[in-house]
Amino acid sequence: MGELRAYAALAGAQARSAATYRWSFVTEMLANMGGTVFDALAVLVLFRATPTVGGFSLREAVLIVGLSSAGFALADFSVGNVDRLKTYVRAGTLDAVLVRPLAALPQLLLMDIPLRKALRVVLGFTLLGGAVVINDVAWTPARVLLVVLAPIAAAVFFSSIFVSSASLAFWWVDSGEIGSAFTYGGRDFTAYPITVFGDTFRGLFAYALGFAFVAYQPALALLGRTDPLGLPPWSGFLSPLVAGVAAVLAAVVWRAGIRHYRSTGS
Amino acid sequence: MVPGGASVPTISRIGPFRGSTTTFGALIGSGFRRYATYRQATIAGTFTNTVFGFLRCYVLLAVAASTAGGQPGGYDARQLATYVWVGQGLLSVIGIWGWTELADRIRSGDIAADLLRPVSPLVAYLAADLGRALYAMLTRFGPPLVAGAIFFPLHTPVRWQTVPLFAISAVLAVTICFGCRYLVNATAYWLQDARGPITFWTLCSGVLGGLYFPLRLLPEEFTVALWVATPLPSLLQTPLDVISERDGPALQAGLVALQVVWAVVTLGLAAWVQRRAERRLVVQGG
Amino acid sequence: MIVMRDLRKDFTVRVKAGRLRRHKRTVSAVGGITLGIERGEMVGYIGPNGAGKSTTLKMLTGVLTPSSGEVSVCGLAPVPQRTRLALRIGVVFGQRSQLWWDLPLRESFALLRHVYRVPAAEHEARLRRCRALLDLDEFLDTPVRQLSLGQRMRGELTAALLHGPEVLFLDEPTIGLDVVSKQAVRSFLAELGAGGDVTLVLTTHDLADIERLCRRLVVIDHGRVVHDGTIEALHARYGSRRSLVADLVDPLPEGFALPGAAITATEADRHRVTFALEGATAGAAVAGLVAAVGVRDLSLLEPDIEDVVARLYATPDPSDAP
Ligand SMILES: Nc1ncnc2c1ncn2[C@@H]1O[C@H](COP(=O)(O)OP(=O)(O)O)[C@@H](O)[C@H]1O
Ligand SMILES: [Mg+2]
Repeated sequence: MGELRAYAALAGAQARSAATYRWSFVTEMLANMGGTVFDALAVLVLFRATPTVGGFSLREAVLIVGLSSAGFALADFSVGNVDRLKTYVRAGTLDAVLVRPLAALPQLLLMDIPLRKALRVVLGFTLLGGAVVINDVAWTPARVLLVVLAPIAAAVFFSSIFVSSASLAFWWVDSGEIGSAFTYGGRDFTAYPITVFGDTFRGLFAYALGFAFVAYQPALALLGRTDPLGLPPWSGFLSPLVAGVAAVLAAVVWRAGIRHYRSTGS
Repeated sequence: MVPGGASVPTISRIGPFRGSTTTFGALIGSGFRRYATYRQATIAGTFTNTVFGFLRCYVLLAVAASTAGGQPGGYDARQLATYVWVGQGLLSVIGIWGWTELADRIRSGDIAADLLRPVSPLVAYLAADLGRALYAMLTRFGPPLVAGAIFFPLHTPVRWQTVPLFAISAVLAVTICFGCRYLVNATAYWLQDARGPITFWTLCSGVLGGLYFPLRLLPEEFTVALWVATPLPSLLQTPLDVISERDGPALQAGLVALQVVWAVVTLGLAAWVQRRAERRLVVQGG
Repeated sequence: MIVMRDLRKDFTVRVKAGRLRRHKRTVSAVGGITLGIERGEMVGYIGPNGAGKSTTLKMLTGVLTPSSGEVSVCGLAPVPQRTRLALRIGVVFGQRSQLWWDLPLRESFALLRHVYRVPAAEHEARLRRCRALLDLDEFLDTPVRQLSLGQRMRGELTAALLHGPEVLFLDEPTIGLDVVSKQAVRSFLAELGAGGDVTLVLTTHDLADIERLCRRLVVIDHGRVVHDGTIEALHARYGSRRSLVADLVDPLPEGFALPGAAITATEADRHRVTFALEGATAGAAVAGLVAAVGVRDLSLLEPDIEDVVARLYATPDPSDAP
């Protein structure tokens, strides 16, 4: 309980210091909304040229984008800032976080709560809602459960990717933009039917890293379509499980990373 | 350094385009060397650009595969692949993202030290940026292109003038991009913190510059309006259309000429903004 | 309170060897320190730059994981029990701020009360004491980024103390401060130590801090303890000498010698001369000098701790040979 109050106090302080830069906050928030709109527009633009992409119609593709962007926006809002870790590791400023009586990861996240990204979450879920409506899904109890769990699982999955790729900085300080290949790259990958990708590339992202279970498989399960790539129909229902495994792995990587932290000579 | 200039600490009144050429050359060299020290970040960035290259290329090829006639936006599959992979290399050469140095220096007040130098900050930063671009051209342009060439059939230019025209277009794109970034960063003179404008720029420049998909997939009137009314398509769309030979020789040359106009406009605007800001700093005492 | 047993920390660094080649090298930042510190002790932890002081403190506070050896603070293992330990220790890293950059000090303190879960009354009492002793009132409402270094450091000290820590770790708390701020920090720490219930470990470059505050002095060099004891013990061990400085009426004659005292410096065209007393008493040396030359002024200097420590550092490290 005391700990929660402590985190709340940290969040409040952060909001107050952000208020110092009001103008930037407003433009950043607008820019973030624009981001979501642009993401959806990019998909529409592609479907302007052709009625199907990778064997999926626009409606079906919107469901995939909706799952992916709702999950990603939620993850980005809650843990996306962890990618700042590399600046803290490089400058050694993580020291100050480590000498406080709270867990390091939540503190780090609260050092900058991206309120500006909040609207993005709303837009992401709106898109998902719209997609569910236009697709006339044959509802069963399992599908109702899935439509609630899938975006949350997607958010957990993306959060795990955010945390593990940021943790890379503990071992490789100059890892620079490499994390984006998996975070933003993962978002782009999951925003399309994975049938469009080449075999090897798909094998790596979809199955080895698990991105297939973020949006594509759950979308198939909701639509009741068979997977042209051959996974069984129930595989979409595995997405919470996959997200859980990813979260455990991310926690392990993070803990190992903190122990590996070497600060900087002063 | 300009002889005699360094001994008198006054705010520079040397026009932004009149710094001596040797000074300019030296500044380019220092920009080059500075970025050459970020070797690991270069490797990481190249890896990331290559991954995104795969993502974009597969998606556009899937669109082409299901488009009647196989030519979405007037590009065939090979031209699309070239568009994507040259784009992934050029991305780091023009350096759309991540430059906040000017805004940071304004916020911390360090900009005052730049104003005491005998070279205008605009010229100094432009030179450093050209040095950076040169380094990126030598290190970051090639690898994604090679990866693309291994995994996808690319379009090889057939007209003799395409490659030199592309080179000119790329240099212009670097200059325009610098001008835009300078203007975005310079908002910090008035807003203290340029994070908002920078985020906004990051967003618009990628989509409307032609990075995520060729702008030719948009309705034609819209594309033309963007091209004429904003510098954004001149950043990536123009050089990429040139190298993929999307258009005939005349239109190719016309688009590059439009880039020249935008280069002059953005740099001119940046110089004007810088002068206004300096006057304001002098009046308000920073 | 604090126990270290053969504590080590190695860093692997990549060294540039030629244009493209790089090879790995292991730097032993802390090379086997064994040390015990009791409750209420005030320990000065000194050594030249790069000796491993900060690294030791980071291992004691749970920031760095030791490469090997044992360490315990307040009976806890710093890294595995980091958050529990954090409630019982206070830390000031002189070169790294713990405060919230954009917030006024007052708000930073209020925030820390929540972070450390301190009852309001206790917090108030401690803050009142710090405000009085450190003169915080005039800048309590200024955002931290606008504070001078001295003001910020006073804020940092307060921040480290608001939860009533049992052990206080200070890494170069007086670095870069002006004389007045240094004085304020020192007298505050002296006052704190006088209570006898706070254990204090202080690293510094300014030996005046140590002379003023710490009975026990631990000197480390190249990651090893080279001296552990009182300041007096240090003087005794290194045969520190007092010196006599004389201003003369005429230049000191060439070849002049005083029995039991060595000339260590002459200045101002040999009008000022410094003798190190080796065996001779001060009285005998003064008498001998006055008998031989015209003396305008005299002063006797106590052994300088800086000087002793400088000599200590200069002693070659046997393990340093490649
Ligand atoms: N994060 C680090 N990475 C590599 N080397 C380090 C790091 N931190 C400290 N060192 C090295 O360890 C040695 C001891 O450093 P430090 O403990 O900061 O010394 P001090 O505080 O006594 O000046 C130095 O040689 C320093 O270069
Ligand atoms: Mg140190």
